Amino acid sequence: MPAAKSPKKPNTSKEELLKYYREMLLIRRFEEKAGQLYGMGLIGGFCHLYIGQEAVVVGLEAAASEGDKRVTSYRDHGHMLACGMDPKGVMAELTGREGGYSKGKGGSMHMFSTEKHFYGGHGIVGAQVPIGAGLAFADRYLETGGVTFTYFGDGAANQGQVYETYNMAELWDLPVVFVIENNQYAMGTSVQRSTKSPSLWERGAAYGIEGEEVDGMDVLAVKAAGEKAVKHCRAGKGPYILEMKTYRYRGHSMSDPAKYRTREEVQKIREERDAIEHVRELLLQGKHAGEDELKAIDKETKDIVNAAAEFARESPEPSLDELWTEIYA
Amino acid sequence: MATEILMPALSPTMEEGTLAKWLVKEGDEVKSGDILAEIETDKATMEFEAVDEGTVGKILIDEGTEGVKVNTPIAVMVEEGERAEDIDTSASKDSAPADDTSDKDTDTAKPMSAQPAAAMPEPEPVEDPEVPEGTEMKTQTVREALRDAMAEEMRGDDTVFLMGEEVAEYQGAYKVSQGLLDEFGAKRVIDTPITEHGFTGVATGAAMGGLRPIVEFMTWNFAMQAIDQIINTAAKTRYMSGGQMSVPVVFRGANGAAARVGAQHSQDYAAWYAQIPGLHVAMPYSAADAKGLLKTAIRGDTPVVFLENELLYGQSFEVPDLDDYTVPFGKARIWQKGDDVTLVSFGIGMKYALEAAEKLAEDGISAEVIDLRTLRPMDTKTVIESVKKTNRCVTVEEGWPVSSIGGTISSVLMQQAFDYLDAPVITCTGKDVPMPYAANLEKHALVTTDEVIEAVKTVTYK
Repeated sequence: MPAAKSPKKPNTSKEELLKYYREMLLIRRFEEKAGQLYGMGLIGGFCHLYIGQEAVVVGLEAAASEGDKRVTSYRDHGHMLACGMDPKGVMAELTGREGGYSKGKGGSMHMFSTEKHFYGGHGIVGAQVPIGAGLAFADRYLETGGVTFTYFGDGAANQGQVYETYNMAELWDLPVVFVIENNQYAMGTSVQRSTKSPSLWERGAAYGIEGEEVDGMDVLAVKAAGEKAVKHCRAGKGPYILEMKTYRYRGHSMSDPAKYRTREEVQKIREERDAIEHVRELLLQGKHAGEDELKAIDKETKDIVNAAAEFARESPEPSLDELWTEIYA
Repeated sequence: MATEILMPALSPTMEEGTLAKWLVKEGDEVKSGDILAEIETDKATMEFEAVDEGTVGKILIDEGTEGVKVNTPIAVMVEEGERAEDIDTSASKDSAPADDTSDKDTDTAKPMSAQPAAAMPEPEPVEDPEVPEGTEMKTQTVREALRDAMAEEMRGDDTVFLMGEEVAEYQGAYKVSQGLLDEFGAKRVIDTPITEHGFTGVATGAAMGGLRPIVEFMTWNFAMQAIDQIINTAAKTRYMSGGQMSVPVVFRGANGAAARVGAQHSQDYAAWYAQIPGLHVAMPYSAADAKGLLKTAIRGDTPVVFLENELLYGQSFEVPDLDDYTVPFGKARIWQKGDDVTLVSFGIGMKYALEAAEKLAEDGISAEVIDLRTLRPMDTKTVIESVKKTNRCVTVEEGWPVSSIGGTISSVLMQQAFDYLDAPVITCTGKDVPMPYAANLEKHALVTTDEVIEAVKTVTYK
């Protein structure tokens, strides 16, 4: 985990900071609620929480424009909320209900939104990477000017198809930002136990792809890097790699015994590097907001999440007819 | 000692070719490595080199001769002191396809034997409701039909493009995409690196992003590298997204055994992909079906696995000469009517089924031959209706016996036509072994026409 890079007095506005604060807080509260519902047996199967990594998606969404696309792995709740998908629809998908984005047929790992250009939600580690390049291929072919954010983790970064995709993305100048969310652990295996590469983004150099490492706990640094990457892609210069150094506070999934790292390690990062606390301090120190205002935001956020949870519990299970629909065009 | 130069095989499946051009003339001295002639097949043009040094004594086949069978003597090399005139080539002339093109013999203008070397039995289809009566037919190879299907759909829809290994500048490893680069340009006919897993994912993503990709796998064996994207992403995304996302992609290429290419290049994936909900699976036999089904596949919004066969690429069939000939999925074709037994097959399996039917007819057994054409959806209704009439069924496929297409048909018949069956269904399949290389073993590893005949005799108690 690198030292924080963001200057103490960032060149940003009150509105911008408040927006990031709200969006990151929504993800965190949503995920905490999902964890609760899982514990109550309302959410089944796999449920991968995004707590700790919020600055990555919120910063990058701030660098995106209307029409840009995004695709990610199974740790996808944060990405959906950050691109503006309805928390109710996401939570109801987690509970497997009719009101979910996939009518309960996808689950935590498989949600999509044509409206928000969110292309999943993929459960096979690394499989979303060529998909993301393919979306970018379509944008280039159709000359839309769009950029695709293709997210994957440090674990996926060791999959062969990632490098097959790097090769083609650079060969064909595809407008894709490869975002490596390096949260240090591929399930229970640390990066140091998976590779001797000193950094993941530098592997792009073998294919001629530019990139950089970014402090993924600093939403402003993420946004700045995202803007640079997007500019590169939109200029027709091909793909760009951002390696986000971030950290997941919770287990890989809900059933993670977390024996691979110490409680102290997690606690230290929460205390010293938390992305939401960072923005909170910037707001308070810059006198952009008072405690009361932030408390009000906290309450609003809790209300949104509670309403989503309520909707997800009340929404009926899909009708049995749904079993047989939407398999074929 | 004079030696004969034989017509070379440029590929394991080549049976005949055109002697396009001689680059030497009688009396020329050549040494090893000199180019003697240019040989063409429908797939490729190759230069043919001398192996030994010597003098070209006599040229036996003139340039421009078509349909020269592999291993036909095409020239005689002589050593010092020998004269070409002394050489007895009468034996070789028997197998030579033509004497001389300067001869006015009309046979020289067309392929040398009335029955082309690799001809398949080709009875007139009995039922073809897609073709209006009086439609003109034209003779086309399966290869040409597939290319025309792609070209027609690419002309009609700018979002259709072709990607794969060697599809553009090389004109296709099996020449299926011949001419497409010239017509549509490098934006729409795209050579990929050798990256099956990656480009299958890229094509699937492009389909989700609004395009209609056609992915050519050089052979389906290589798609094993990419099967995760085909099944986990392409086939399942519509369902997983609650119907929001379409993945209109066609995966096509040569499937099944070719000839002498060993275990890793000889596998029939029909039963594999036919199991997957969310996919459509086509495996045409004739050129007309190849064309009509591929056009339907490209237009549809469902991902399609399109299984072709290298040995069928060069086979000629009658194709309806229509502006827009399409064939629906899920509709079998009855190739010939019969009363005593129902033969069900698809793809190259039809070769054995039709050959068997022809021989059985000589023994007075009348077989109804059904080509399933698509395996998902599968037209079991046509099969059941036929079995209600014949009361007997034999299935034919090149794939392995366990969990085969024949096994599925057998189970459907047992559940839905049990009272009509007068004998257990027999499933003729490839043998339960990896494909061996040796010619005799390979022949036995595949299903054989004799096995089909034997099976029919068993179910008809003859």
